[in-house]
Amino acid sequence: MTATVTDTRTAVADMVLDVRDLDVRYYTEGGVVRAVDGVSFALRRGERFGLVGESGSGKTTMGLALIGAVKRPGRVEGGQAILDGVDLLGLSEAEMRQRRMRDIAMIPQGAMNFLNPVMRVRDQVIDGMRAHGMKATKAEFEDRVAGLMRSVGLQPEMMTSYPHELSGGMKQRVSIAIAISLTPKVIIADEPTSALDVVVQRQVVETLLQVQREIGAATILIGHDMGLMAQFSTSMGIMYGGKLVELGSVEQVFHDPRHPYTKLLISSLPDTAGKRRLEGIPGLPPSLLERPPGCIFHPRCPYVMEQCRTESPMLREVEADGHVACHLFTETMA
Amino acid sequence: MTAILETRDLGKVFTSGTFKKSHTVALEGISLAVADEPPSIAAIAGESGSGKTTLARLLVGLIEPTQGTVIYKGQDLREMSRAERRLFRREVQTIFQDPFEVYNPFYKVEHVLTTPISEYKLANSKAARRDLMERSLREVGLRPEEILGRYPHQLSGGQRQRIMVARALVLRPRIIVADEPVSMVDASLRATILELLRELNERHGISILYITHDLTTAYQIADNIIVLYRGRVTEAGEVEQVINDPQHPYTQLLMGCIPQPDPDLPWGQVAAAGLVSTGESLAGDGCNFVDRCPVAMEMCMSTPPPMYLTDEHRMVRCFVYRDSREASAMNLDEVFVPPREISAAGVK
Repeated sequence: MTATVTDTRTAVADMVLDVRDLDVRYYTEGGVVRAVDGVSFALRRGERFGLVGESGSGKTTMGLALIGAVKRPGRVEGGQAILDGVDLLGLSEAEMRQRRMRDIAMIPQGAMNFLNPVMRVRDQVIDGMRAHGMKATKAEFEDRVAGLMRSVGLQPEMMTSYPHELSGGMKQRVSIAIAISLTPKVIIADEPTSALDVVVQRQVVETLLQVQREIGAATILIGHDMGLMAQFSTSMGIMYGGKLVELGSVEQVFHDPRHPYTKLLISSLPDTAGKRRLEGIPGLPPSLLERPPGCIFHPRCPYVMEQCRTESPMLREVEADGHVACHLFTETMA
Repeated sequence: MTAILETRDLGKVFTSGTFKKSHTVALEGISLAVADEPPSIAAIAGESGSGKTTLARLLVGLIEPTQGTVIYKGQDLREMSRAERRLFRREVQTIFQDPFEVYNPFYKVEHVLTTPISEYKLANSKAARRDLMERSLREVGLRPEEILGRYPHQLSGGQRQRIMVARALVLRPRIIVADEPVSMVDASLRATILELLRELNERHGISILYITHDLTTAYQIADNIIVLYRGRVTEAGEVEQVINDPQHPYTQLLMGCIPQPDPDLPWGQVAAAGLVSTGESLAGDGCNFVDRCPVAMEMCMSTPPPMYLTDEHRMVRCFVYRDSREASAMNLDEVFVPPREISAAGVK
C-alpha cells in the first residue's frame, strides 16, 4: 500500500479511478472500428457516474475494457485505467481475475438472464466469491450471502431458490448482490433495468443506490434512459461515436447542456408537462468504419462551422468539472 | 365521430397443458370503438402481463378471441369473406416492437416493400413499383438511394423501424396498430418516429392505436388513453387527466415510478406495498390490484369493482369512486375527447 501513496494520481484526495486516453478497436472484416477513441475521465469515491450514448457509441465496450473483458476481434490499444495506483489495462488475465469483483465489478447487460438455472442462488453467489479468491467456511459464506440478500432487499431465505422461482426484478437484484459480494471500489452497471417494468425498474435502481451508498463504491451506470440517469447520477458523461463529448455534473448536463449533441438529446426527451412537437436529432449516427473527418458530430450538428469539418475538437475543461469537446467552446479556454 | 374498428366485450383466455389444463385470463371484456372520422390516436398502456399485446393481436386478427367480437366497418372479423378479409388486412396495418425480427437477413430491404406492392397489385410496372417505394421511403424521412439495395444488417435500428412505417404506408391503411414501436430505438430517434406517427395521423388521416408501457410517450402522442393491469382496464379517458391527475391507485403508482429526466424532480414517495405483488389476489374474485393497493378496503377483496364515471372524460375501476355513476355498460371511447391540433409551441 505504501507504493500507492506516493503515486501522484491517488494523491488527489478521494480519486478512485482515473481513465486516460482509453482506446479500444475492433478488427472486423470491413475494417477497424474505433469503438472507444481516446476517452478520459476520473471517478471520486462514492461518485455515481452516468454514461449515456446511443447504441454503438462505445459505452458498453468502455465498461468491458475496464474489467479486462474486451473479446476478440476487439483489442485495447492504448490508455490507462488507474485504480488505487495500479493500471488495470496493464494487468495479465490472472492478475485481472484477482482484481475483478474485489476492486471493480460489472453487472453486465441482461445479467439476470446469465444466472445458472440449475444452481441455487446461494451457491452462485458463493461461487463468485470463491472464484475471486475469498476463503471462508461454509457457515461464513452463508452468513455473507444472507447479508447480501438483505442489502439488495431480498429475504435471506430466498437464497435457497432457483432463478426460475424469482421474478425479473428479483433476479436482477441477485446480480447486484453478486457484483457487490466482495465490496468492490468501482461498480459498473450496464443497463441494469432494461426489459423491466417501470415499477420494478425503480426498485432495482433504488437497490443499486442503496448498496452503492452502503459500500461507498464509485458507480458507472451505463444506459440510454435519461430519466434513470437523472434519478441516479451525480455526474454524467455523454458518448458519441466512441468519443466522450461532454462531462459534467448531472444538474449541469440536464439544465445547461453544452455540446450540441447533448442539447439535442435533452430537448428530444418527451415529458408530461404539456404536449408539444417532438424533435429528434436529424441525420444518422456515424458509421464507425467510415468516420467523418473533423468533429464526428459535424454532419448532424446545427451549429457546424468550417473548422468542424477538418479538425477534431479535444475534450476541454470549460469550468470546474465541466468538460466539452466542441469548437464552439475553444475560445473560452485560454 | 364514426367508428371504423370496434370491439364488443372482447376477451381472451389462454389455455395450456394437455391433461391438467391451466387458464390464463389475458384480457377481460373490452368494448371500444376506434374513431376514423376524425382520425384519432389512442394509447393502450400497461406493463408486461397487462394484456396490451394480446389486445393488439386480437384487433388485427392475429389471434381469435375466446369472448366477444372484433368488428371492422360493421362486419364481424370471423364472418368476413376472403375478399373482405384481404381488404381488412390491407387497411389495418401493424408496426411491431422489434425492427430486427421482421427482416429476413438474406433479402435486401426492398423485399419488405415489394411484397405488399405485388400482393395487392399496387403497381403495374417496375417503374411504378420503384416510384411507390421511393415515395413512401421519402415520406418517412429516408433517402431511397441510401436504403434500396442494402441488406438489413447494414441499416440502423431507427432506419429499419422507419422502413416498417414506410411499408405500412405503401398500403394506404386506415388504421395502424403500433405495438411498442419505439421501445427498441435510441432516445434521439424515439422522438423522430413518434412525430412520424403523428404526421401519418394528421396528414394521411390514419387512426393510430399506440400500444406502450411508456406513459410519457403515450401522453405526448395520444389524445386518449386506456390503462390495463392484468387484463383489466383500470382507467380510461383523456390523456392529460389520466397522466397528470391519475385516479386509480395503480395509475398513481405507475406515474410515481416514472423517472423524470430532470435531477430536480426526484422520485416521489410511493407506498412500499405497491412495489411488490404477492400475486395472492389473482385467483380471487376481488379487485386484481388489491394485493398492492395502499387504499384497499374490505369490499375490494371479495367484489370486482365496476367502472365508475368520475367525470365527463374519465372512467376508473376502483371502489374509492363508488359515489360516482357506474359506467360498466359504456364503451371506453364514450369518455374520449376529440383529437386536438398540436403546434410547435404546444396544444392549440
